[in-house]
Amino acid sequence: MAYVAVKGGERAIDAAHAWLAEERRGDPCLPEIETAQIAAQFGRAVDRVMAEGSCHDRELAALAVKQAQGDLIEAAFLLRAYRTTLPRFAAAHPIDTDAMQVRRRISAIYKDLPGGQVLGPTYDYTHRLLDFRLAGTGSLAGAGSQEAAAPTSCAEETAAMPRVTAILAGEDLIEGDRAADAPAEIPMGDLTRAPLAFPAERDVRLQALARGDEGFLLALGYSTQRGWGGTHPFVGEIRVGEVAVEIEPPELGFAIDIGEITVTECQMVNQFKGSKTVPPQFTRGYGLCFGHGERKAMAMALVDRAMRAEELGEERTAPAQNVEFVLSHCDNIEATGFVEHLKLPHYVDFQSELETIRRMRREAEAAASPDRREAAE
Amino acid sequence: MNGYNFAYLDEQTKRMVRRALLKAVAIPGHQVPFGGREMPLPYGWGTGGIQVTASILGSGDVLKVIDQGADDTTNAVSIRRFFARTAGVATTTRTEEASVIQTRHRIPETKLREGQIIVYQVPLPEPLSRLEPSRAEAREMHALGDYGLMHVKLYEDISRLGQVSISFDYPVMVNGRYLMSPTPIPAFDNPKLDRSPALHLFGAGREKRIYAVPPYTEVRSLDFEDHPFRATRARHECALCGARTSYLDEIVTDDRGGRMFVCSDTDYCAGRREREAAE
Repeated sequence: MAYVAVKGGERAIDAAHAWLAEERRGDPCLPEIETAQIAAQFGRAVDRVMAEGSCHDRELAALAVKQAQGDLIEAAFLLRAYRTTLPRFAAAHPIDTDAMQVRRRISAIYKDLPGGQVLGPTYDYTHRLLDFRLAGTGSLAGAGSQEAAAPTSCAEETAAMPRVTAILAGEDLIEGDRAADAPAEIPMGDLTRAPLAFPAERDVRLQALARGDEGFLLALGYSTQRGWGGTHPFVGEIRVGEVAVEIEPPELGFAIDIGEITVTECQMVNQFKGSKTVPPQFTRGYGLCFGHGERKAMAMALVDRAMRAEELGEERTAPAQNVEFVLSHCDNIEATGFVEHLKLPHYVDFQSELETIRRMRREAEAAASPDRREAAE
Repeated sequence: MNGYNFAYLDEQTKRMVRRALLKAVAIPGHQVPFGGREMPLPYGWGTGGIQVTASILGSGDVLKVIDQGADDTTNAVSIRRFFARTAGVATTTRTEEASVIQTRHRIPETKLREGQIIVYQVPLPEPLSRLEPSRAEAREMHALGDYGLMHVKLYEDISRLGQVSISFDYPVMVNGRYLMSPTPIPAFDNPKLDRSPALHLFGAGREKRIYAVPPYTEVRSLDFEDHPFRATRARHECALCGARTSYLDEIVTDDRGGRMFVCSDTDYCAGRREREAAE
């Protein structure tokens, strides 16, 4: 009976999963892709999954990308659902990006500065021409004189690279770094343990943005540039590289290094006219994400600064300045779940809508008919 | 299941959820924030209900899972399998046999009894969200018991359409104090909440809220004296069991206007047919 076919059932689910596995594998004549290849050659995809999956583990992120057929939001979801089961054994010390092993560091506000400009591995200044030498299993290795030899290590590795904001702070032209000045005993918020509440402080806001969807933040950041909550930003500095993670086990009494992570940090420097209580000075917008993700870190810094409107006495008019709006909608795992849940059956509710609209039409017709009779008379 | 705790969640998380549940039971209809975890199922697919069920489930429980009133809809199958796999509890499709029922969009037709717990999956716990999108504002309105906005919405419906146009997720007042979303159950099911002997728990995973209706609590669907609350069902009888009072699904049988109406509660329908066959 047709009625039975409408309902799902266990066999349908099993068959769907088998089909999915087959589709994921693709043409069996081609070799199965190795997760090590994904981790090594799809680095930016893996980085994005680590950032939005909120878990720094290249191998697991590569596995998630493979399992999700390259659907990066699905991959981030897989990683999130895994990370939530992990025990918390310690809170790390704040990472020190000043001591970063820098691969790339640029400033848009000084031509030259201590530590220099380090272009590093970037798509900036590439011409976006499809390179047919890469087609198939093609490679640029040994392509010859056109390609400069890639440096194996950064020549200025040993030179100190102070953060640009510190240079500005030396002149007192930028607001203080309040997080660094804050006493350490104030506990950091953690969205993954406590529900989001408003008003949300900056620690929680930055955590939400760091896990937030790159596309959503990109669009919001872009909107601030087009006048929807403008922040007059300059890229003070972007740096990409490895930083050490330290924890201090209470029984040890001193910090130990437990490994390193790759992060991208963006410090935006924003104009500020000053207010009744604060003299004119530059203000900060901050972006940080796992892996190499400059677009994400920059967008995050723009939105972070925009969300500080109220704190800085600016008028709040644009979506990017509305903390509740931004934080409630930036998480793509939440967003994709709720948007896609519309695929679930809703026929009970739709049925009640059908009955209501039928009843309303019946009653409207009944009410209209005496009028018609009157008009005819 | 290997590598995971009983019913998936770790014990600290369960304790946190149970604390929220106790608070929710103590303040009927009030939304209690809780540290909702990421689950291996997507947000919007029952993560709140699953966390509540996982936190209250014991090894002796008998679990029933329904979606749209039916035990065999895909998401109900998926969630029932999840608990069969992670908790190894007995499952059933019989409403009377279940000690815990997780549901989406329906309350079973069979009257619930004392000792039973029904867990609702909640997409949008905030009943005011369509009128006031800011949760911070809505929270204040709840604190002040300021529900004028909702009464105005109902009044506007009546003045423009002659009746309230809300057909599901019809707002209720719980214990005369808190306005509550009964979740997207059809308004037809609302009266089943009033003074129910069972414990009703509501879990919203994405929005990270838990609320509850304890047994024998007054739950009143919002209305006006001269426009009392009305629940609608299709004006047919079930084509399979002949029930005239149950909520019906409308099945499109052909492209020439053919329709068939059957009970949305598959267990209720099957039970009626079994009894009829036995007689």
